[in-house]
Amino acid sequence: MMARDWLQIGVYVVAVIGLAWPLGRFMATVLGGQAPRGPIARVLRPLERSICALAGVDEHREMNWREYARAFVVFTFGGMLVVYTLQRLQGVMPPNPARLGPVDAYLALNTAASFATNTNWQSYAGEATLSYLVQSLGLVVQQFASAAAGLAVMAAVIRGLARRTTHDLGNFWVDVTRATVHVLVPLALVLAVALVSQGVVQTWGGPVVARTLEGTRQVIARGPVASMVAIKQLGTNGGGFFGANSAHPFENPTPLSNFLEGLAILLLPAACCFCFGEMVGDRRQGWTLLAAMLAIYLGALAVTTATEIGGNPVLARMGVDQARSPLAPGGNMEGKELRNGPVLSAVWATATTAASNGSVNAMHDSFMPLGSIPLLALMQLGEVVFGGVGSGLYGMIVFVIVAVFAAGLMVGRTPEYLGKKIGIYEMKMAVVVVLLPPLLVLAGTALAVVTPAARAAMHNAGPHGFTEVLYAFSSAGNNNGSAFAGLATDTPFYNLALAAAMVLARLWAGVAVLAVAGSLAGKRRAAESAGTLPTHTPLFVAWLVAVVLIVGALAFLPVLAIGPLAEHLTLWAP
Amino acid sequence: MRNDLLVTVRLLVVLTVLCGVIYPGTVTAVARLCFPRQAEGSLVHLDGRAVGSALIAQEFRSPDYFWPRPSATMPPYNASLSGGSNDGPLSDRLRARVAGRLADLRGPAPAGAGPVPCDLVTASGSGLDPHISPASAYWQAPRVARARRVSDAAVNAAIARHIEPPQFGLLGEARVNVLELNLELNGLRDER
Amino acid sequence: MADGDSSRLTNATALRNALVQAFAKLDLRHMARSPVMFVVEIGSAFTTALWVRALLAGVPEAGFTGAVALWLWFTVLFANFSEALAEGRGRARAEALRHTREQTRARKIAGAMPDPGACPDVRCEIVLSTQLRTGDLVLVLAEDVIPADGEVVIGVAMVDESAVTGESAPVVRESGGDRSAVTGGTRVLSDWLVVAISAEPGEGFLDRMIALVEGAARQKTPNEIALGILLAAFTLVFLAVCVTLVPFSQQAVRAAGSGEPVGVAVIVALLVCLIPTTIGGLLPAIGIAGMERLIGRNVIATSGRAVEAAGDVDVLMLDKTGTITLGNRQAVALLPVHGVEEIELARAAQLSSLADETPEGRSVIELVKREYGLRGRSVGRECALGEEGAGRGAMHFLPFSAQTRMSGVDFNGTRIRKGAPDAVFAYLNAARAEVSPELRQMTETIARSGGTPLVVAQDGRPLGVIHLKDVVKGGIRERFARLREMGIRTVMITGDNPLTAAAIAAEAGVDDFLAEATPEAKLTLIREHQDQGRLVAMTGDGTNDAPALAQADVAVAMNTGTQPAREAANMVDLDSNPTKLIEIVEIGKQLLMTRGALTTFSLANDVAKYFAIIPAAFAATYPQLQSLNFMHLATPASAVLSAVIFNALVIVALVPLALRGVPYRAVGAARLLRDNLLVYGLGGLVTPFMGIKLIDLTLVALGLA
Repeated sequence: MMARDWLQIGVYVVAVIGLAWPLGRFMATVLGGQAPRGPIARVLRPLERSICALAGVDEHREMNWREYARAFVVFTFGGMLVVYTLQRLQGVMPPNPARLGPVDAYLALNTAASFATNTNWQSYAGEATLSYLVQSLGLVVQQFASAAAGLAVMAAVIRGLARRTTHDLGNFWVDVTRATVHVLVPLALVLAVALVSQGVVQTWGGPVVARTLEGTRQVIARGPVASMVAIKQLGTNGGGFFGANSAHPFENPTPLSNFLEGLAILLLPAACCFCFGEMVGDRRQGWTLLAAMLAIYLGALAVTTATEIGGNPVLARMGVDQARSPLAPGGNMEGKELRNGPVLSAVWATATTAASNGSVNAMHDSFMPLGSIPLLALMQLGEVVFGGVGSGLYGMIVFVIVAVFAAGLMVGRTPEYLGKKIGIYEMKMAVVVVLLPPLLVLAGTALAVVTPAARAAMHNAGPHGFTEVLYAFSSAGNNNGSAFAGLATDTPFYNLALAAAMVLARLWAGVAVLAVAGSLAGKRRAAESAGTLPTHTPLFVAWLVAVVLIVGALAFLPVLAIGPLAEHLTLWAP
Repeated sequence: MRNDLLVTVRLLVVLTVLCGVIYPGTVTAVARLCFPRQAEGSLVHLDGRAVGSALIAQEFRSPDYFWPRPSATMPPYNASLSGGSNDGPLSDRLRARVAGRLADLRGPAPAGAGPVPCDLVTASGSGLDPHISPASAYWQAPRVARARRVSDAAVNAAIARHIEPPQFGLLGEARVNVLELNLELNGLRDER
Repeated sequence: MADGDSSRLTNATALRNALVQAFAKLDLRHMARSPVMFVVEIGSAFTTALWVRALLAGVPEAGFTGAVALWLWFTVLFANFSEALAEGRGRARAEALRHTREQTRARKIAGAMPDPGACPDVRCEIVLSTQLRTGDLVLVLAEDVIPADGEVVIGVAMVDESAVTGESAPVVRESGGDRSAVTGGTRVLSDWLVVAISAEPGEGFLDRMIALVEGAARQKTPNEIALGILLAAFTLVFLAVCVTLVPFSQQAVRAAGSGEPVGVAVIVALLVCLIPTTIGGLLPAIGIAGMERLIGRNVIATSGRAVEAAGDVDVLMLDKTGTITLGNRQAVALLPVHGVEEIELARAAQLSSLADETPEGRSVIELVKREYGLRGRSVGRECALGEEGAGRGAMHFLPFSAQTRMSGVDFNGTRIRKGAPDAVFAYLNAARAEVSPELRQMTETIARSGGTPLVVAQDGRPLGVIHLKDVVKGGIRERFARLREMGIRTVMITGDNPLTAAAIAAEAGVDDFLAEATPEAKLTLIREHQDQGRLVAMTGDGTNDAPALAQADVAVAMNTGTQPAREAANMVDLDSNPTKLIEIVEIGKQLLMTRGALTTFSLANDVAKYFAIIPAAFAATYPQLQSLNFMHLATPASAVLSAVIFNALVIVALVPLALRGVPYRAVGAARLLRDNLLVYGLGGLVTPFMGIKLIDLTLVALGLA
């Protein structure tokens, strides 16, 4: 690594934290129920109110956890239905300059489930499959709505921890509206325009036909890309306009655009930590979660960066120069864009799998096997290292509950978090959340490898093919959306199995954490004493990290061993 | 439940208007106003005709042009179906492809000394990577110079002019835009 | 006492019984109580079947499969053994209590409440103690065993409670007041009692406690259930990991083009190694051992939940009298007014107290004797002789009366009066004597310091003041400091006025006090604390404590207390030691800590087991995974077997810890966590690497690998 590499990683991390801090505090005012202040809010507040009025939402009605969960589920299925319908009807609805026909039913179902659950798994190539109408009215809207729903559920969960002896968790519809109007739309507008300045296209005009210098014909797909890329990054969606996602020069043309989009990947999930600290009235608790997330993220980043700079021994043996220098990126450049090089590709790959974003600026399928282990692991850990907008935080809170439980026992006290005793019910629900991803991932992968048709979809031979399948289910079962894109998943089997995994992962976890929140909200807040386990110390951060890693490791060590690890050892075998 | 359904429908309609129409519309309007060239795809025109986009790689096979990075799209440099090879590091396909590319690079016009820089033999993620590394440009310079019958120095000088350093001296990699460099090469020939 | 008994409770017979029980507990219905061990037993049976099949088929791996099966059975048996051992120890304690509970005959009084005057000669029928029902009246004569828990309604007697408390000195039990409760199994030494039975046989405190140590009726506590859920979840995940390993290994064979799928025996072995057998197996033993420790401290709990709740206590409320102070005010100083010799005051104080048999009066005599060397009798004589006309002056004592609120003595025309300041002042005023501001000052100073002043006057002339004081028990301050280190605030409850209460509170080192406490005030205070999210413990003995005891989260009644108090409480301290709560809290905390520590240890172990088993399982398919075998275990078979053996042996190795409990130290939660994580977390990571390697070396040395 060059000194500059350290510096650009450092600047990235500092920028994420530096921007997330004020944003998190702002979000706390938006979701905490106080009216946001400032000139922008003065404009947006009437907008928020009129949306509530138009949708028939009573701003002041509070919901208990069951009502909240029901609204969340209905809203998610409603979004799915809209996206599905739009895809099936795209042939007859403008704008559709490329004249694309209706989407196949299985694929449409998969895509609908994918975008309504904030996963953005893409079994299709956007520029060749979906019309501008579907991309904008279907996908972009869900990219806002699903992120807002995540923030809403998070807000309810935080309220469950912060409030005492109540059943009220807030109002789902109001939370969704506030998150969209005050947080997502303004940020997306700014980011989209900034991206256009770097060369991200934003046009309703159709493809351009160019006559190249060598005289061949090149059809260049375009579209309203910037508006989609902005929210895809901010809302941990990840579903890009083009098949190559943010590796495509029209989605991510310069290192600066790469920096801004990368920033947007982690910005909201990191801000959620600060929002949490603010809303529970103890900022240290927010820092604790962020510290745990950062620790795991930086560890993953270190491994992947090192392997990608290290390059591919096969190519080295063929006499290819993979040395990193100021004039050459070096490293494993297969599937990577030159402007990003191995370092920024590794930073992005770890960020996009840590946050449940799933957008890529390089092809993960071509990463070094050892470098892909952190990517798989970050998803398999349950998308709690930053995780999805809102969902990452509430997922992490579930891990905190497990960590607090074990640690609480170890200090000889009935476990409690933020003064709320962790009882049988909370444990049951927490376990349901922690349990689900491993079960979905392992069962899905097992189902695929015993299905001959599913095995045939593998692009690579050997253990790498197995890793492709494992990656697909790790991604869908944790609502990430990134892919080892070699796997040909546009088949009925994968479209259905992955859609089921995505819907289950999203709704099961969301409803279970709301149940936890409902139960916690009804409890008194226990007073702190010398016997209380402090949950804001470096020791607790280390313990939380250990719990997250060990739970993940125990479930996934065998599959990682026979997938990427076996490949790695073969690759470097003497 | 009925109420939830009703609110869902109404809220989705309102959000569709806000996020699906007003938001992209606003972005498009601002983009067109402030950054019209970028918004339309940074197209490069020659004699009033689009010859490509500065951001999208196009195929160059002739020895008197700089070659871009390999593209794994079908067909190569297909700007309406982007994607990478997705070959793993152990993949036989990768090995065969790199071997073929090495042969191509070394075959027609043996280039300068030293091993081939990795970016010149590996397929980019999008298949449309418009850049090569300065090292790769310099590696190809002798071939281009010979094919164009210009001095290595002139070609190298052109390369040097087209090296974009890391942004702000910090972000990303130093790179050379192949299309822009090749356009300048055409200029070189004209001057001679 | 618990530690001293351990050896006795773990003797050869106990071990043999536990071994027998370990087999008896293989019953699937029993195993179903613990999902973790249930899975292990099913796995053992399954592997055994595989072994039999392999034997019949003559497959060379039969030996390996058989060895795995054998050690899996050992795993189950070791877990059962730990539970049986803990039960055995608990039962031994229970037996000691129970032999006093053997069926006794009782004299049941026929008909309604007899006339007290007619007792003990009332008509009785002899019934078995088991036939008694709540509300029955029984007559207990000297040398009779009290047949069941109850309340004395008539009579007073000396009772030997040593069978229950271990305290050899007999105690007085009498109707009315705070000493009316009697415990079944105790023996009346003298006199007689009429007892109203308050508990159905089999439901008395002892019976409930015996049920708590005998696994059968042991209700799981909330924390135990929550932990059980977590363990079941891990078991489910590992089940998924191991089941899916079958298709995954088949896929691996396809991908590698060589090797063979992982054998079923290896997968079962992996499953058993991964699921948290250590904690799952020891969980019942931990709970039972906790109860057993509690009995060892002579505390009887009505539920395990109360014991665990004790570990969470934030606030402890204690009655002042008899708990913090010795219970009686004692004279600590004599303060003469200006112009009066100290010895003169001492003499007067002594004379006035000669006939005063109250503890206060006696303490005055003692003080005078100690500080001034005046012996009671000599003083009496001296006075009598000192005045003219020896022997003439017979002393005439005036006992304390509620009307005068003074006591005193008249002799030879000398009148000494002693009493509360305002009473004596009134008496002096009546005698037209002057009450000096100095005297008033002195009485106020004493009152402010928490003491009680008694003014002594002789012939209408004030001599000075006796300073009476509540004496705080020795060592109590240190006990409260220890509670504070545990994070528990102490609140003293007293009927005293705030001034007195504050002074005693300061001296005893309690954090807070409730003065002029009424039953309502106590109740309100507990509720206030609870509303602020604190868990309140209370110790009490009086009937008027009952509502507060019922409201408190952890309520410890003194065994000497009234029946209502004991009914309202969820624990009874047979020693009637109010600071016993410290030990109860420690036992509660130990229970949780032991569970938490072993859970952490158990799961941390898994990392090493993976490193042993995964390379072995895929040795044929992906030989390159051997680089994970950095323990350099000899062969794939020895690696798997070593992991399984380690997994079984670690249960046995941890039985003593489970029975003894992880020691609790009052060092604050943060440090406790750090230390326990280092020992059980890090230790759990490292230990199995060494253990498995060691077992592997042994197997190789024995030629079994």
